[in-house]
Order: sequence, then structure tokens, then C-alpha cells
Amino acid sequence: MSLFLAALAVLLLGGLGALAASRSPRAANLLGALGAVLGCAFGGTVALRVLAGEDLPALRAPWRVPYASFHLEVDALSAFFLLPIFGLSALAAVYATGYLRPFGGRRSLGPPWFFTNLLVAGMALVVVARNAILFLVAWEVMSLAAFFLVAWEDEREEVREAGWTYLVATHLGTAFLLALFVLLGREGGSFEFEAFRAGAQPGALFLLALVGFGTKAGFVPLHVWLPEAHPAAPSHASALLSGVMIKTGLYGLVRTVTFLGTPPAWWGWVLVGVGATSGILGVLFAIAQHDLKRLLAYHSVENVGIIALGLGLGSLGWTYGAPWLAAFGLAGALLHVLNHALFKGLLFLGAGSVLHATETREIDRLGGLGKRMPATGVAFLVGAAAITGLPPLNGFVSEFLIFLGALRGGTSSVAGVAVPGLAAIGSLALIGGLAAACFAKAFGVVFLGEPRSGEAARARESGPAMVVPMALLAAACAAIGLFPGLALRIVEPAVREVLPGPDAGWRPAAAAILDRAALAGGGFLVLAAALALLRRALLRRRPVGETVTWDCGYVRPSARMQYSSSSFAQPLTELFGILLRTRKRIVAPRGPFPAGASVATETPDPFRERLYGPAFAAIARGAAALRWIQIGRVHVYVLYVALSLLVLLAWKLG
Amino acid sequence: MTVESFLPSVLALVAAPLLPGVVNRTKAFFAGRRGPPLLQAYSDLWKLLRKGAVYSRTTSWVFRAGPVAGLAAAIVAVALVPLGPVPGALSFQGDLLLLAGLLALQRFLAVIAALDTGSAFGGMGASREVAFSALTEPALLLGLAAVARETGSLSLSEMLPAVSLASWALHGPALALVAAALLVVFLAENSRIPVDDPNTHLELTMIHEVMVLEHGGPDLAFILYGASLKLWTLGALLVGLLAPGGDPVAGGIVAFAGMVGLAGITGAIESAMARLRLLDVPRLLTGAGVLSVLGLLLVRR
Repeated sequence: MSLFLAALAVLLLGGLGALAASRSPRAANLLGALGAVLGCAFGGTVALRVLAGEDLPALRAPWRVPYASFHLEVDALSAFFLLPIFGLSALAAVYATGYLRPFGGRRSLGPPWFFTNLLVAGMALVVVARNAILFLVAWEVMSLAAFFLVAWEDEREEVREAGWTYLVATHLGTAFLLALFVLLGREGGSFEFEAFRAGAQPGALFLLALVGFGTKAGFVPLHVWLPEAHPAAPSHASALLSGVMIKTGLYGLVRTVTFLGTPPAWWGWVLVGVGATSGILGVLFAIAQHDLKRLLAYHSVENVGIIALGLGLGSLGWTYGAPWLAAFGLAGALLHVLNHALFKGLLFLGAGSVLHATETREIDRLGGLGKRMPATGVAFLVGAAAITGLPPLNGFVSEFLIFLGALRGGTSSVAGVAVPGLAAIGSLALIGGLAAACFAKAFGVVFLGEPRSGEAARARESGPAMVVPMALLAAACAAIGLFPGLALRIVEPAVREVLPGPDAGWRPAAAAILDRAALAGGGFLVLAAALALLRRALLRRRPVGETVTWDCGYVRPSARMQYSSSSFAQPLTELFGILLRTRKRIVAPRGPFPAGASVATETPDPFRERLYGPAFAAIARGAAALRWIQIGRVHVYVLYVALSLLVLLAWKLG
Repeated sequence: MTVESFLPSVLALVAAPLLPGVVNRTKAFFAGRRGPPLLQAYSDLWKLLRKGAVYSRTTSWVFRAGPVAGLAAAIVAVALVPLGPVPGALSFQGDLLLLAGLLALQRFLAVIAALDTGSAFGGMGASREVAFSALTEPALLLGLAAVARETGSLSLSEMLPAVSLASWALHGPALALVAAALLVVFLAENSRIPVDDPNTHLELTMIHEVMVLEHGGPDLAFILYGASLKLWTLGALLVGLLAPGGDPVAGGIVAFAGMVGLAGITGAIESAMARLRLLDVPRLLTGAGVLSVLGLLLVRR
């Protein structure tokens, strides 16, 4: 435990050092990254030791805040979430030394480093806190550090707007958590986690947790802040926000369920419903986006949906006493948490590398980057294939487990399991197909073909500080895909922590299945290599020419004639138009000698436009009616304070 | 794994290019022509393998790797499917998900190779391919889930042979709905009429053909061979559902005859109807998904 505290201290010292050295970008970079990498190495060691079976004693220290205590414990579930937090953060910190460098002349690098390290420390504290007050403090530290990262480039209006949206959303979520912990604390008589129990109304507590933690995780329709905030942050922070911070919401949900005991069936149904909705809508909105980082942010909504599907199936297995369904659903969901941190981190770092080289996130202004930035291109392709769930990469492994759970549920004779199982099969299959479409677009339009603008044509590969972290993440994606048995060993202790009762030997069974799938994956790689050699041998003595792409004989082809992100997505946006409500502005060519024509499409978030926009406008109107109270003179406000105290006193005495 | 268990896969690798030949002969029969020889696809492959290649200057390594890796995925997929009562070379609980994953991988590789050419045609084909396959995937997996529900196994090599005459007698309507859905998936995924026309000559109306327009030489041979393997793989699912089980030797021969028969039926469908308008294709594919769901609901256990 002292190693864990040392990790937090080193993180904070690094952040403070960077803040103190704000004057020199180089020193800030060095101190911030050093603190982050060292801290993450310490913390990561703790997580690995716990997952390997070591029992760390809990740390209890008194704290003078009422009801609070400094109670930390690293059990297997905490350790499992610590692993991606520390792993991705260390790599993102190395990446940030390269990414932040060009900002060095214009802005101070102290604050982004300070808040990055504070965010990492906050996330780590969230998953090990065992006292509700401490948990909420850590939660706020994490959320506010994230706010300052989102709002870093505050000279841009859309960034200020995104920061504001995020701040409102995160505090609305926290309000539900406050209510949740107050109710849990009242039942248990203490704010220590170990005292918590369900009480009379476990359903209400579950719903509070679902909304409160779901806001952080980004379940539809609580996701609206996510596609605004994540793209606005600097790219290494986007990777952390999407890769690990939203997972703290899932951690909170799982942890809360462990307090509440055996879940009733409807919790599983609700989770499967929420998961299917988030998954399908998330990927649909992602397809319609033109901004690379915004597209990735919507994909996080989709992946959180997949995780919720797994959690829902696991919960149903628990309810109905089907240990394999429970284990496969939960293990798949947890493994997807780790996998998503790897590939979404990788993709955001890749998008940041593109942004670094071209200074644009607009997909339709890019193209042909694969030749100009080969390492970023390969890394992004691995991430894209992994997030799509293609074998032999890690996304396939966790989706396979969830899918297998869904198939087991769908073939069950109990209707309460079979119907959600079928819903999960259908939605996972649809999500998989749509995700393939989305990432074929994201990779194809950005990295393949011809550059669509001067910025893209002049792009250069990023430096080793940015490329090496991406390469390591890509290697991790491949490693979990090819050796799924190892990943299952990491997940198993966490699953045992959540699911009560004897473990039904699910891991050896799952490992045997996944090893066969990995064998096929290895076979694919060997065959591909053999065929590549065959192709080389066949072409060796043959003429191999080069020419232009076939253009039907048109004499002046240009890069703008390529399919763009909106034209590629058009069949799907049209098909799901009723959900997406894509806006089109078309200037059609007119007359025999048309002067100009254009098409522009835009897909704003319908929940933001139709639900939250009107709701918050109504609140603003209501608040405006109370404007007369605000006079703007200090003595009047002092009078208000005195009057309030008087009223409270009268109430207390009366 | 025994030697016999590789037989269906070896047969598939050898005999798959026969299927397009059967389709084309059937179409020629309906059109009153003699048509190309049955083994034309083999001659085409042989010819292409001995040719050079011409690449667009726009393309990168993705374009060259696409056909190679795509064929590798198709070969591994073939190893997962049984032929009638004879199990595939590799089988485990949930292998149907790996099959879907490998087909998706093959498609993804073809799509990014098409986008690598920077051609509007490549983009058009790729865009249509991903849109339509996103709709066939639920139909395929829900249909197979129905078979899994009927037979209680999650492995293709167990559940397809387990569908017997008795299960048809018991759950005939449900299995018929699933078979109809799988037929639509088979036609759509293999770019057959009524979804796509392999013989069309206008780029604007193509889906699959326009994606592979730029490939030539050995690359095109790999793509054509991969396509016939995919025809075999998806066909074997449908034949496995319809063919009665029984003795491995006799059942295997019946199933092989079934594959040839399925190619004949495909040719007959292509001769009897025109392709759908592109806008109507999603309706057909969604319809297939609905049939799968109905089949699933009708299988009671």
C-alpha cells in the first residue's frame, strides 16, 4: 500500500514540478512526464501484484472531515481497473512530451501537465477508495482535472462551450451519486463501503447508480457531453478521457451492484436495453461525423454500450443461477474495459498524430496520409481493426466472450434470459457491421487515396516520442488477440471478486475455446505470410507497371473526386435517417454552364438538440424570472445571508 | 483433429472454383447458350497467376496486402464449416462467431484496398458493400442462433449435422424461415442477383466488382479464388441445414451434390429475376433479419 501512496505522491510531485517550471516548456515536459511515468510504474506494479494473487492489507487512517476516513483497499476488481489507468497514462505521458512541444512557444505547458497527473491520481484514488466521502472527493478531483484539460485551449469558442457542457453534465451525475451514497449510508449507518447494504429499496439505489455513473460512462441519452468534451481536450488527454476516465463510471456501477446483493432480473434487462441503445446509436452517430476525434468519441459511447450488454448478461446469469452466463458476460465486459482502453487510446493518439501533422481534424481535408505517416497509419489500422472486433486482435476476444454469453442466453429455455440474449445477439451483430463501416471510412478516407488538401499533402511523420507509445499499444492489441488465455488470467480474479459462490471452472473452459480461436488467428497470419511470399515469387519475373487509377477516361482527375467521408457514409445515414436527422445543404448545378454546386451535411446530436437544448432553455427562462433578487450591492447580499440564518434558526427551534 | 477431419476443407479448397462454373452454365442453359466450360474458373485462375500486374501510383502497401490477407481469411473460414455430416477441420463452441469475424475481415480488407485506389468507383463500391453487409450480419448470426437453439450446440460442426429429418418434422416452419434468411445472406454476401450483378458492365451499378476493378494478375486471382471459397463457405451452411445427416461417406456425397445443386439454384435465380434497385436492397436484407428472428422465436425448447 505504501507503494501505491508513493505512486500518488510522485504523480502529484511531477504535476506540481511542471507547474512550478511553467516558464520553460522543456522543463515542464520533463518533470510532468517523469512524474507520470514513475508514478504509473509504481502503481502498475501494485495492480499486477494484486492480480497475481498477493493480498494487500487495507489502509485506514482517520480524517477530520465528518463521516470520512482515509480508507483505501486494492482488491482484484480495483487492481483490474488500475491496470489500464496506469498503463495507458504512462504511454500517454510519453506521447504528450512530443504532442505538447509545438504548443510550447504559445502557451505554458505547466497546467496541462499538472492536470494530466492530477487526473491520473484522481482516477486511481476513485477505484481504491473505500469510504463514500473519500470516493466523492476523488471523483470530483478527477472530474475537475478533466474539465481543465478539456478547456485548455480556451481561446476557441467551441472549446469553452464543450468545457461548460462537460461541467454541467458531470455535476448533474454527481448529484445522483450524492443521493445514492446518502441512502446507502443511512441503511448501513456508516459511510464505509463495507457497511453498505441494500436495504428496502435496492431498485431505487440501482437506478440512482445507473444514472449517476452512467453519466460518466456515457450511456445514451446521458452521453451528450462526451462527443463535445473529448475532442476538445489535447489528444493525449482525449485518450485518457475516452480510454480510462469513462470506465470509472463502469467501475462505480459494478462496485455498487456488489453492495446490493443478487440483482433482480429487471436490472439485467435494463442494462441490456441501455447497452443495445448506446451501442447502436453510438456507432450510427459516429458514422455520420466528419471530425475524426468526434467520430472516435461517439465510438466510446458504442463501446460502453457493448460493455453494458456484457454486464447485463452477467447480471441475468447471476439472477437465474446460470454461472457460465454470469461469468462470460462479466468477464467479457471487464476484458472489453481493458481492450477499449488499449485500442481507443491508440486511436486517439493516432488522431492526435494526424492533428499534429496537418492541424486539422476534418476528415474531408485529409487523405493519403498512409504514405506520408507510415507508422501512424499502421498503428491506426491495427486500432481500427481491433475496435471493429476483427480476429485476430483483442476486440474480437472480448466481444467473443460477450457474444458467447448472449448465444448461451439466447438458446436458454428461460424466457427472461432468452429474450435479452436474442436482443444482445442482434444488436452486437448490427454494431459489428456498422463499426466496420465506420472504421473503413475513418481509416480509408484519412490514410488512403490522395491528399485532399495542402496540409495533408505536406504532412510528416511524428517523432519517436509519439510513435513508440502507439506501437506499444498496437502490440498489446495483437498480444491479447493472439494469447487470450493470458488476458483471462488477469480478468479471473476480478470476476471472482464480483460474483459470489463457487466459480464453475469457467476460465479453463473459456480459455480452451479462445485458444482455438487464437489458433485460427495464428493460422491466418501464417497463411497470409505464405501467400505474400507466393505473390512475390509469382511477380518476380513478370512485368509490373505503374499508372494512374482508372477514371473512365476522364482527362483531369483531381483528389476532390474521391469518395469523401459524407459520401461514404451516405447509404447508411440515409437508411437510418429517421434516427440521425442529418441536415443537408445542397446547391444543385443549374443551367447549361453551371457556375458552382455544393453539398454539405451535418449531423448534430438529436438528444442535445431536442431534449437537453429545450430543457435547459426552459430552466434559463425560469431562472431569469428571479433576476430581480440580484441587485448587485454587497449589503443586500449580507441581508439575505442574515435572513436565511434567522429562518433556519427559527425552523430549528420551532 | 484427424486426417479425415481435413477432408471437407481440402475438398472445398479444390472444388470451390467449380461452383461459379455451375452457376454460369445454368445461366447459359436458361439463356439458350452453350456457355463457358464448367472448369472455366480454374483456367482463369491459372491464367491470372502467370500474369504481371499494373498498379496505380496512388496505391500503397494496403492495396497489395488486401488480396493476400483476404484470401488467407477465406481459407481459415473454410476450415470451420462442415460438409453435411462431416465436421470441419477446426471446431469449438462459438466457432460461428469466428466464421462471421473472418468473413468480416475478408470484407474489411477488400474495402480498404478499394479505398486505397483513390477512385470514386472504389469508394462507391466500398460504401455500398459496408452498408449492405452491416444488415446481413444480424441476419446470419440470428439465423445461426436459431439453429443453435434447435440443436443445443454452439459449434457449426455439431449443430448443422444435428439438424435431422426429425427436427424438420418438429420445427419445419422455423427451419424453413431460417433457410430462407440464410439463402438471402448467401446471395447478398456473394454479390449475386438480386443484390448485385456479377456480370454488369456499368461501374455505377456495381458493388463488389467495382471494388476489385483495379486489381490484376495474381492479386485478382487471389480475390477470385477467395470469392469462390466464400461462396462455398456460406453455401455449406445452407446445405448443412437442408441435407439430412447420416453416414459420413454417403452424407458427404449428398452434401457435395447439394453444393452443386445450390450453385444451380443460384444460376436459376439469376436467370429468373432482375437485380433490385439499390434502394430496395436494404429492405430485402432487413427482411432476411426479420425471418431469422421469427425462426428463432418459433423454435421452442
